[in-house]
Amino acid sequence: MHAESEIRIPLILGNKSYRQITDDIIAPIEGKAAKGWYILTSICALCFLWGILCLSYTIGVGVGAWGSNNGVDWAWDITNFVWWIGIGHAGTLISAVLLLFRQKWRMGINRSAEAMTIFAVMCAAIFVLLHTGRPWLDYMLFPLPNQFGSLWPNFNSPLLWDVFAVSTYFTVSLVFWYIGLIPDFAMIRDRVIKPWQKKMYSFLSFGWGGSARHWSRFEEVSLVLAGISTPLVFSVHSIVSFDFATSVVPGWHTTIFPPYFVAGAVFSGFAMVLTLMLVVRKIYKLESYITIKHIEYMNIVIIVTGSIVGVAYLTELFVAWYSGVEWEQYAFLNRATGPLAWSYWIMMGCNVVSPQLFWFKKIRTSIIATFILSIVVNIGMWFERFVIIVTTLCRTYVPSSWNTYSPSFIDIGIFVGTIGMFGTFFLLFSRFFPVIAQAELKTILKSSGESQKKSASTHAHH
Amino acid sequence: MATNKHIIHGIFGDEVPMMEAIKKLRASGIRIKDVFSPMPVHGLDSLIGLPRTRIAICAFIYGLTGLGLATLMMWYMMISDWPNDVGGKPNWQYYFNIPAFIPITFESTVFCAAHGMALTYFLRCWLIPGAKAKNPDPRTTDDKFLVYLDLNDDQAKKAEIILTENGAEEVNQIKSYVVEPKYILEETH
Repeated sequence: MHAESEIRIPLILGNKSYRQITDDIIAPIEGKAAKGWYILTSICALCFLWGILCLSYTIGVGVGAWGSNNGVDWAWDITNFVWWIGIGHAGTLISAVLLLFRQKWRMGINRSAEAMTIFAVMCAAIFVLLHTGRPWLDYMLFPLPNQFGSLWPNFNSPLLWDVFAVSTYFTVSLVFWYIGLIPDFAMIRDRVIKPWQKKMYSFLSFGWGGSARHWSRFEEVSLVLAGISTPLVFSVHSIVSFDFATSVVPGWHTTIFPPYFVAGAVFSGFAMVLTLMLVVRKIYKLESYITIKHIEYMNIVIIVTGSIVGVAYLTELFVAWYSGVEWEQYAFLNRATGPLAWSYWIMMGCNVVSPQLFWFKKIRTSIIATFILSIVVNIGMWFERFVIIVTTLCRTYVPSSWNTYSPSFIDIGIFVGTIGMFGTFFLLFSRFFPVIAQAELKTILKSSGESQKKSASTHAHH
Repeated sequence: MATNKHIIHGIFGDEVPMMEAIKKLRASGIRIKDVFSPMPVHGLDSLIGLPRTRIAICAFIYGLTGLGLATLMMWYMMISDWPNDVGGKPNWQYYFNIPAFIPITFESTVFCAAHGMALTYFLRCWLIPGAKAKNPDPRTTDDKFLVYLDLNDDQAKKAEIILTENGAEEVNQIKSYVVEPKYILEETH
């Protein structure tokens, strides 16, 4: 058995046994849902419905229903797309990168973080599919033989790279998530009594039995998938940033974009994981598995990535000044002092200043402070994309094409709709799926369980 | 002469005594058919003599396939079928354009490696929607560890003693069956 240093804080609190873990994880599935769950799900579902309505209206009359205009031809659509994709990145980071680094604390949160990834990428996909204007022709994004002769998509274009990157990312994350879910579905299948549940979970568990051979393949597959998902997650957001960086628009055309976008994505993703986890641990009473230590670790990631983002903002300003290119300089002056300066300062305040509060141990171990700051960070990261896209496009090269921007009713509706969809899916997931990877969690019980650690240390000292 | 075979389930509540019992079983020459556990148990595969899985090698081959397919696709579409000349920068040869092709080549490599490996894993373990549960006892997905043995008379007796002595919570003889001699002959060849 793997022994662990005594000074490491336990990751599973209380006196837990394997049976106890099973009971705790299955409790929300076997039991009745709390009132809070019904209320939250209804609110999210209503927002989702509202979004569907606005989305249908857009399909009906075209993207003219949006606030985008002749100068600002990308606005809330791409802002929301980049925001959602960025949120998705934390899931892969937690399950893949932390697996490669053998971080045991990932096990309390990886399942829900991966679910979050999948739902966030679905939300992002809505915007890219819709912003093409004629979503029924979206199949033309793929290199399919067609009736137009040799009309292939342009493989030199980062927009096409994005199609490949996002679809690969979505499907690979989905498979990774599902492979991890199978043993847990099998546990539920063997526990539940109601016939419809038995049937549903037997179907979902694919006949898993947990034989030694299968576990050895399972571990190898998880490791290799983690190994290839890690460069994948970095490539996806790098490619998203190429959409801007390979253009010739001042303020976009910078080589710093890929690392800066990746750091920002991880930053906002971890913030979203925290927002969701704090709710989940409360509703489902998972305080023993998602401990204050987990929250602190995530807050530390937020300080690191938040500081990288802060340095990137300052570097952008410095490079604009140092380049001597007037267009570039003006783009940044316009962001900080132009008509949309308020959004720039919201971005700076939320993303650069607020995460620095986590340097105080009191704040980064406080649940309420973490919850508030995690939402602040996500607001800030939304404004980062808004600043990059809208503020820049409001004032490009030719003053005659300068324009202002305000979102339409429909823009707001679709965005609220995706938040509703995300919330609805996540709440359904948390009710019917195992929210914690219990099979993996059982592997660290002996080394990181509170009572197991105590008894190990008393044995060592007699 | 026909031989009696017995299927035995040794059920443990913890992996540590189970590993001890397996070590003893192996030492007395008993083959472990399989072990069912609620979670992966490290060091078990080598203990029961499982060869290392080759699924990672498959993933590598699938990845190379993805790389090849993407290269072939982009060469055909962008170089052979309809070469572009954008801003006086023609792409008459594949290597002129390689930098722009790297992202999709990479994505396709990952796509094929990941999905190929996942499919191989599902098929090799026969994890198929609606497949019958493979664990012989439903408690093994919760908190029990099951050592599955398929032995003849002498070995079965020995195994039952070893299992009980090493802390098995239950030792159950699930069924006994008779193997006709011709099969035994084949087996010993």
